[in-house]
Amino acid sequence: MSYNVNEKGYYGEFGGAYIPEMLYPNVEELRQNYLKVMAEPSFKKEFNQLLKDYVGRPSPLYFAKRLSETYNTKIYLKREDLNHTGAHKINNTIGQILMAKRLGKNRIIAETGAGQHGVATATVCALMGLECIVYMGEIDIARQAPNVARMKMLGATVVPALSGSRTLKDATNEAIRDWINNPVDTHYIIGSAIGPHPYPDMVTRFQSVISEEIKWQLQEHEGRENPDYVVACIGGGSNAAGTYYHFLHEDDVNIIAVEAAGLGIDSGESAATSVLGKEGIIHGCKTLLMQTKDGQITEPYSISAGLDYPGVGPMHAHLAKTGRAEFMSITDDDAMKAGLKLCQLEGIIPAIESSHALAIFEHKTFKPDDIIVVSLSGRGDKDLDTYINYFKL
Amino acid sequence: MNRIQQKLQENKKLLSIYFTAGYPNLDDTVSIIQDLEKNGVDMIEIGLPFSDPLADGPTIQASSTQALKNCMTTEVLFNQLKDIRKTVQIPLIIMGYFNPMLQYGVEAFCEKCKEIGIDGLIIPDLPVDVYSEQYQSIFEKYGLINVFLITPQTSVERINFIDSISNGFIYMVSSASVTGSQSGFGTEQTDYFKRIAAMNLKNPQIIGFGISDNKTFSQATEYAKGAIIGSAFIKHLNSNGTRSIKSFLQSILIDKK
Ligand SMILES: Cc1ncc(COP(=O)(O)O)c(C=O)c1O
Repeated sequence: MSYNVNEKGYYGEFGGAYIPEMLYPNVEELRQNYLKVMAEPSFKKEFNQLLKDYVGRPSPLYFAKRLSETYNTKIYLKREDLNHTGAHKINNTIGQILMAKRLGKNRIIAETGAGQHGVATATVCALMGLECIVYMGEIDIARQAPNVARMKMLGATVVPALSGSRTLKDATNEAIRDWINNPVDTHYIIGSAIGPHPYPDMVTRFQSVISEEIKWQLQEHEGRENPDYVVACIGGGSNAAGTYYHFLHEDDVNIIAVEAAGLGIDSGESAATSVLGKEGIIHGCKTLLMQTKDGQITEPYSISAGLDYPGVGPMHAHLAKTGRAEFMSITDDDAMKAGLKLCQLEGIIPAIESSHALAIFEHKTFKPDDIIVVSLSGRGDKDLDTYINYFKL
Repeated sequence: MNRIQQKLQENKKLLSIYFTAGYPNLDDTVSIIQDLEKNGVDMIEIGLPFSDPLADGPTIQASSTQALKNCMTTEVLFNQLKDIRKTVQIPLIIMGYFNPMLQYGVEAFCEKCKEIGIDGLIIPDLPVDVYSEQYQSIFEKYGLINVFLITPQTSVERINFIDSISNGFIYMVSSASVTGSQSGFGTEQTDYFKRIAAMNLKNPQIIGFGISDNKTFSQATEYAKGAIIGSAFIKHLNSNGTRSIKSFLQSILIDKK
């Protein structure tokens, strides 16, 4: 079985490009060019150079000794939190800005929820001197003030999404509408492994540097390339896609995908799409999404803004459906506790998104000699307010 | 022959109106349709509201959000329309996004449309290739005409492909935009209208997006078989209520009496 995208843009039954005709030329231009451009030696050279000198890659693969002792197994952390701008998001925005330049685009748009992807996009636009417009739900603008300020300092225009529920999914709608209105000069940098084909595949390829590095780093640490498990949290699924990519077809590697259960799967306040979602269409692709019986997309909930998305990327829908990945869901409370535990055991303050992935050790027992690589997708600076409020610090 | 095909053969320029079902009030759907027909509209697009209408601008989005708040659903709409053919003769098209249809079941949806007397569908996010590979036979089984969009950016090759699988009309989006974003047409648009008219396609074209008044309606129908008004009608309902449908249509059709 293949877990990669096929030539029509599907992962099994999921994916495709369910887009209005107005978007067809933009998406088609990208589809016809993305693999060609990514294969150009000059593109690879520039991409790798920026990842090294600007982002600070390779990110360390760190053996978390005290955490491992606590859970009596071997836990490695893939330190995406140490990247410039503090998360894995920048791997994708570097790749896409280079893509946009090669396609002759001079105006960049993006959506953002918590503001992480918005900051990563504003950063690369400043780096390349391109105009940057970031759509952000009005409600998110109010609750993520520091990231809004960062984007502004980096020269981006932040446009509030006033429609629908005024959060991430609506910001995504607004970005897509902007692209419809500006089909020629604009590139849309999607922030996760979602959207119409070729976006999920393109974003996955840019993020696949994560698992590429894990392989040789684990070889150095353990004398083997393959861990027993790779673990990542899933919002739309970009850090997870990058973490899994080079292990998808390695049968000895188990894949664990961690979703946000919010206040609990059955609470009505959750973002656990693989449990609560059903096949449908969101933002141009067929995938699993949270919706009413009537097919209206519903508003998810998680304490972590980055996991607060009503769908998952089509690759993950396929991994869920085929059973290739084991899906777990972690509540707000469990994630917050796991985050604090990492601070105290390892001196690392994780993003709350990443804390979800760390929380599985409370729910699943591993063998002492199992090697588990967890994607530490981001650092917790952006979440300080949430940590302060939650723990009354 | 399907009512849409019959209507397209009439020797006149056609006025089509889009409105969102369940807006302003849940139960306005049927009376709006009846009023539109009574006051000279040739064809109606009934909008099935969706939470995330990607191709729509702020006016239609807001009406969809309100309609959903009013508890409009696919089921409710079908119920409201069940006797519509007792009073209304003009072609009726349902315009909606694909996910609600997918959840209802595409075949069940089409079957229900036929039962009610719906003549066609416009589904902006169901791409032509997916339609022709997976759904065309179902639509044809229930005698439904599927209407595709083209834009100024659509290639000649693709327009020809769309023309080849269409059997009603082609919905010509007036400019690269979501609904409701234009005011008046410039030479860029009229050049595009002329270019498409000169292609002599098998299917007539009806222009939509940015038609708001008598002037833009006349401009569009100079080059095409008809024109569709959506956002301007919704805005009118917003400010003047459903009782003013007659005066709105008079202002559009002023020189067609
Ligand atoms: C640190 C971090 N991790 C994970 C995510 C979730 O996104 P994805 O599933 O695309 O990796 C986000 C999104 O903002 C994030 O900021």
